[in-house]
Parts: sequence; C-alpha cells; structure tokens
Amino acid sequence: MADGQDPRKLVEVSGLKMHFPIYAGILRKQVGTVKAVDDVTFDIYEGETLGLVGESGCGKSTAGRAILRLYDPTSGSIVIDGKEIAHLEGEALRNLRPTMQMIFQDPQASLNPRMTVGSIIAEPLLEHHAMKPKDRRARVLELMDAVGLNREFASRYPHEFSGGQRQRIGIARALALNPKFIVCDEPIAALDVSIQAQVVNLLEDLQEQFGLTYLFISHDLSMVRHLATRVAVMYLGKIVELAPRDALYADPKHPYTQALLSAVPNPDPDSVPQNRIILNGDVPSPTNPPKGCNFCTRCPKVMDICREKDPAWLDLGQGRYAACHLLEDA
Amino acid sequence: MPDGSEPILDVHDLKTIFRTRDGEVHAVNSVSFSIRPGELLGVVGESGSGKSVTMMSLMGLLPSPPAEVVRGDIRYQGHDVRAMSEAQLRKLRGGDIGFVFQDPMTSLNPVFTVGYQLVEPLRIHLKLSKRAASVRAAELLALVGIPDAAKRLGDFPHQFSGGMRQRVMIAIALACDPKVLIADEPTTALDVTIQAQIIELIKDLRQKLGMAIVWITHDLGVIAEIADRVLVMYGGQIVEHAPVRELFRNPQHPYTRALLETIPRVDGARDARLRSISGQPPSLAAHPASCPFAARCPHAFERCLAENPARRLVSPGHDVACFWDFATGGAHHG
Repeated sequence: MADGQDPRKLVEVSGLKMHFPIYAGILRKQVGTVKAVDDVTFDIYEGETLGLVGESGCGKSTAGRAILRLYDPTSGSIVIDGKEIAHLEGEALRNLRPTMQMIFQDPQASLNPRMTVGSIIAEPLLEHHAMKPKDRRARVLELMDAVGLNREFASRYPHEFSGGQRQRIGIARALALNPKFIVCDEPIAALDVSIQAQVVNLLEDLQEQFGLTYLFISHDLSMVRHLATRVAVMYLGKIVELAPRDALYADPKHPYTQALLSAVPNPDPDSVPQNRIILNGDVPSPTNPPKGCNFCTRCPKVMDICREKDPAWLDLGQGRYAACHLLEDA
Repeated sequence: MPDGSEPILDVHDLKTIFRTRDGEVHAVNSVSFSIRPGELLGVVGESGSGKSVTMMSLMGLLPSPPAEVVRGDIRYQGHDVRAMSEAQLRKLRGGDIGFVFQDPMTSLNPVFTVGYQLVEPLRIHLKLSKRAASVRAAELLALVGIPDAAKRLGDFPHQFSGGMRQRVMIAIALACDPKVLIADEPTTALDVTIQAQIIELIKDLRQKLGMAIVWITHDLGVIAEIADRVLVMYGGQIVEHAPVRELFRNPQHPYTRALLETIPRVDGARDARLRSISGQPPSLAAHPASCPFAARCPHAFERCLAENPARRLVSPGHDVACFWDFATGGAHHG
C-alpha cells in the first residue's frame, strides 16, 4: 500500500481452487468439473475494501463463499487473521466464525420470514455467546441503532420492511459478533438507485466506526469505484487484474478490464464513448474453459500464444498485477 | 428524427388502479405522453414508479381484476385502443406493437423450441406458410446476431445464454415488423458487456427499420446513450419530461436532480460520499392529493403538501410537475 506504515494483511488467499464435480448417468459417475474458482491468489489488508468485480458466472460469489468456508475448497490456502482455515473442520472452524461474516445479495431470501427482526439479529449471539437475555436484548437494540433501524421495529417481521431496510437487518446480523472481516456479496444489486446510495453510505460509516475489512463483490463497476480501495477483476474463475482503484479505472491493463470499463454506460449524453470496445460472443462454460488464456475466445487483441499458454500472474509494480501475454515483455 | 410528424402512439390522462384485498393501489396517475415514428423515448423511474404498469395498461396486458384502467385516452395511429375488441387488440399486440420484457427466461416458454415461438406470430399475424415462416424466423435470428441461425431454430430456450435469450426475445418482438417496440428493462438482467452488445443491436435495428421505441429502464447511463426524449416517473406520475440533453444538463425536478447526483460514475471526479435521497418511495394507496415526492424533497413547502402539481412547460419540449422554480430559487407562481 502507498501510505507509509505497513498495514497488516488480514486475509491471505493463495492458489484457491473451488471445483464442483458433475455427476451423470445411473451410476452417478463423475463426468466433469465446473471450475468455478481456478487458482486465485490475493490478499486483503486490514481496514481496506477489496472490490471483486466480474460478470455473472465468473466465480466471484463462489470465491467469496469459499473464503468464508461456506464451501470446502478443492485446494489452496486461506489465512484469516493469522489462522489457516482452508481445511479446518467442526468446532475449530465454528470458533472462528465470529471473525468473518457475510452480507447477502437478496435480503428477501436471506432473512427467515417467520422470525422477528429482533430474533434474526439475536441469532448469532445466541449461537456463539453465552449472554443473559437482558444483555442480548440490549445488544440487538444497539445494533439496530447502528444500522439506522427504528428500535420499535424489533418485534416486526421481515415482510413488513422495504428492500433497503431488509438489507439493514442483514447488515445488523452480520455485525452482531463484532467481526473483523465481512464479505458483501452484491449487497445493493437488488435495491433501487436512491436506496443503493443509503446502504453504501451505511457500509462506509460502519467500516470507519468498527474498523471493518470488506470484500465487496459486485458487478456494478461505478459503485465499486466509489467504495473500493483496491479492485480485482475476475473472468471465468480467474483473477485477470488486480490494482489500486484509481490506477485500475484510469489505466486498465488487461484487455478484459478495458472492455468491461468501456461497456459501462455513462450518465452523460455528451460523452458517449466513440471507441467503445464491444466484445463478441459470451463467456465460455467453466466446465470446459478454452485452452491457454481463458479470455482468448473473446479478446480483441488475441495472439497465437494466448491459445496455447496460460498467461502468468505478473507483478507490474505499484501494487498492480495482471495476467496477460501482452504485458509480458513490458 | 422526423420532426413534427403525427404521433404514432398518443396517451392522454391514463389512470390505472389495482383493487387488492388490502385496498386500492393507484399505480398510474394521469399519465400523458406521445411518441412519433422513429423516435426513442426513454422512461426512467424506480421500481414501483409505475413505468411498466403504464406500458402494460396501454395494450391491455394487465389481468383484470385486480387491475383496472379507469381513465385515459389511448390512440394508436388515431385509433382508440381502449374501444378495441379483444380480437383487434390481439392483432395490434405482437403485430404492430412489439414487446420485449425484462427477464428472457420467464418470458420464453421453456417447453417449445425457439423456432416454434418465432414462427407462431408470423403464422398468426402475417399468415405466412410454414416454410416461409421458418425462413423468415431464421432471417430474424440472424438479424439479431445469433450465429448459425437456421440450426438454432430447433433449440430450446435453456440452450441459449442470457444475452442470446434476450436477442431471441427481440427477434420475436420484431417478427411482424412492428411500428412501435416497447422494451421493458431489456438489459437489466444482463451483464455490462452483453448490455453493450444489445444496445448496439437496438441502435442498429432502429436505423434499419425506423420504428418508434419506448425503452423502460432505471439506468440513467443507458438512457443517456440511446434516448431522444426522456420521461421521469415517480409515484405513478410523470414528474419531468425533456429531450435527453436538456434533462441531463438542466434538470428541473428535485427528484431528477437527486437521481442524477446519487449515481456514481466510472470516470471523472470521485465524491468522498454518495449523495442519497433519504426516505422511502410513497405508498400509492389513494389518489395523490399532494406531490408524491414532497416527503423526500429538500425544497418542499406548504403548497406541495396541499396540492399535486400539474406539469408545466419550462422550455419548448421540456415540462416538469413541480411548484419549485430552480431558475428563481423560489416557488413558481402560476
């Protein structure tokens, strides 16, 4: 990082692979694998927001879930707060859950419709802390204040709330155990524009207040530009570029990042881009990724070597990394 | 743009109510607009602002009950659409007026092949023979940029990706050479790189076919790129209407202004903090007696709570439903 003192690495992910087997036939024989996340390496520094962007199906959500051990990763290492958790099991893993939490995309689906808001927020406390009911109640109300929910709504049910308020409930629940690290999986994708800004501002306030570290997964490049400290771009299970925010948006190095940024419509009728990069075709299937570079089927700058050899993960200096054959000689 | 020509679709004072068990929902209130041939009209608003319901009301696509179009004059090429029989309406829908819906997975029938679904409107509306229809279907798929078009006619919707499915939807909507295409959030479910492809496609088709397009979206970026004129909807009403440049340069409604300020961008200066519109959209339980935005508006004053502002002209082609006048920084008199 640029500023003087060395910030601590809170999350270190290296060589993470998450492959899902495909079974078919009467004998349920394995006929293939979906390489949802394929050899991903990155670190997240304490107090920063790492934006993870990419199109649907690129494996960004799977990566986020695997890091929190909601899946059992195929291989690789995940170190959170100094502890290797990639292959922990049972009680040992459970004891670490309070440090890492998640905010889900769809607040409708991630809140139990039969539980009151108060009991939803209290549930992690009930599971992980031995607290007196009175203290727990007080903590729930404190959390509701923190996320801007009216205390009087504690005995209401999720369906009585609007989308933005439901997302606040999900955020309060994630905060309940004083986590250090929160994975935000598209937390604003289901919300209206005017409500998105409210939730994003809340996330920023909470980060400052509680010193949180976020992995912010999103497909919304403009929102990630607003929120993230550094940004990682994923394509078909791999990270193709990782850079500090301003550098990435000002000067994207990887052809996929360039295409992605140029595809974002700008809310200004006078600055319609003249040389927009339109990618052809669709993302290939992760069951059968192309030989060589994963992006070679759509890349406007494709070369022969791209169809042969997987590009290496290059350190471009100043905290920038990319995987592209074009950048190799430079 | 063929300026000054007769509007192909003219809507005046449309009002739609849903009668539900929990009472009435006034989803569309006194909406008036028109669109000329070859024009692209953008409609922006948040969910629940009535933009989809307006378009569905036009063509009688809403189930009744609970929905009821209680008022309004809808004219297509001068003909009164509300007075049409079901048979005439059916001829209009899919024939002269094409629809593209938001989610291509739920609007295509999963048990029929794409070819069948493309041929169906051609056989019904254009009375083509089976063979002619399937030739035309292949042409249409090729037109929207699906490779190997003739071969893919036998495929089912699940064999296409999201972007390809949306192309199929557009092909079906275009099947009978519609004069008006109504696209309801056609790119919202798609990724940005695919969205860019669809937008290019629509621009291209518009030039080739010269139809009028109504493009409903909540994405102001998309609007800036393709629209000629824009309607901004809020709480079931049109709050501002202007040519696209004028709207982005000189927004006159506090809601439009707030909306333009809340969206972050991928270029230019980055604000330390996003500006948000506090509060929630209004409930639409009754006919609005006050301005629907008053509760969230920084400029609201007594009159806004007592009276629903009518649309007033700001400059030629630009009108706004607001009592506040940004030019003078005070209440508008009149």
